[in-house]
Amino acid sequence: MAIEEIKDTDYAVQYDSETTTVNFSGLLSLGGATEYAPINDLLNKIINEEPEQMTLDLKKLEFLNSSGISMLSKFVLGLRKKKSTQLVILGSAEMPWQGKSLKNLQKFLPSLKLEIN
Amino acid sequence: MQKIFGDYLEEFDPELDSLEMSFAPTTRSIRKRWSNNRLSAQFVGEYFSTFLPTNDDDQESDRRIQESKSAVSYVANELLENAMKFSDRDSKFKVKFGVYFLEHDPEQNAEITAVIYATNSTTSENAEKFRIFLAELLAADPEEFYVRQVEKSLEDDSNASGLGFLTMINDYSAKLGWKFDTINKESTVLTVTSMVQVTI
Repeated sequence: MAIEEIKDTDYAVQYDSETTTVNFSGLLSLGGATEYAPINDLLNKIINEEPEQMTLDLKKLEFLNSSGISMLSKFVLGLRKKKSTQLVILGSAEMPWQGKSLKNLQKFLPSLKLEIN
Repeated sequence: MQKIFGDYLEEFDPELDSLEMSFAPTTRSIRKRWSNNRLSAQFVGEYFSTFLPTNDDDQESDRRIQESKSAVSYVANELLENAMKFSDRDSKFKVKFGVYFLEHDPEQNAEITAVIYATNSTTSENAEKFRIFLAELLAADPEEFYVRQVEKSLEDDSNASGLGFLTMINDYSAKLGWKFDTINKESTVLTVTSMVQVTI
């Protein structure tokens, strides 16, 4: 199982290439687009390989600031032009911010499968 | 000269509980500062949740506590980030950040509003840019404006601006207001206070 990881003391972003799933965990509040660039680059690298499905698993992500929401929104909006990949976002009902903010992503990409359990 | 935009509360009952902190925006690296912002914001979120009624066996009250922590810490973190980012470093003015708690009804389970605010100094140039942005924000449909800002950021490969405020309005039904002021009559230092009311 090949795993690629971006992490710091507060968060981890791990890519599992076998399931084309990116697992987010912890508390993410980086300073802006420049600080989010490594994560953004990882997401774009995966999408450029045109997998059939790509999953962002946010269930263990407790906190995301608006710069992070902005990065995700931009990424999801950019997928409108890449119709070959089905994007799945997994959220948790136990993380209140996810129920409130993740639904916005569907406006950018109606084909997005958003599952909040 | 004072100028107010949006829903801004100027005075509070002196008997109300409040919490205020101040930060010198120059003394730490941005990376440390950002993690400190979140810690302060989470602390305010935790502190606010102690004002809510608790009942260990009640899932509804537990859910409300989790929601309030999440909403208050999200808003507080955004306000602190903005205040740090836009502070005029030359002015030596500390960022002031705080929260008031407004109880609407003393009955149990009544609604409580957290009024979260942050004040920072700003240059007149940045203040003018911000005023133009606020006029646009207040006139726009916030859902539509959010989509427009993200679309624009994708087109010019820039940062989407205002998403912090827009998520507070759209996702947390928050009321927002701003006050532009000078520190005192003799001073030319401009300050801007952003105030957000979230009802839990």
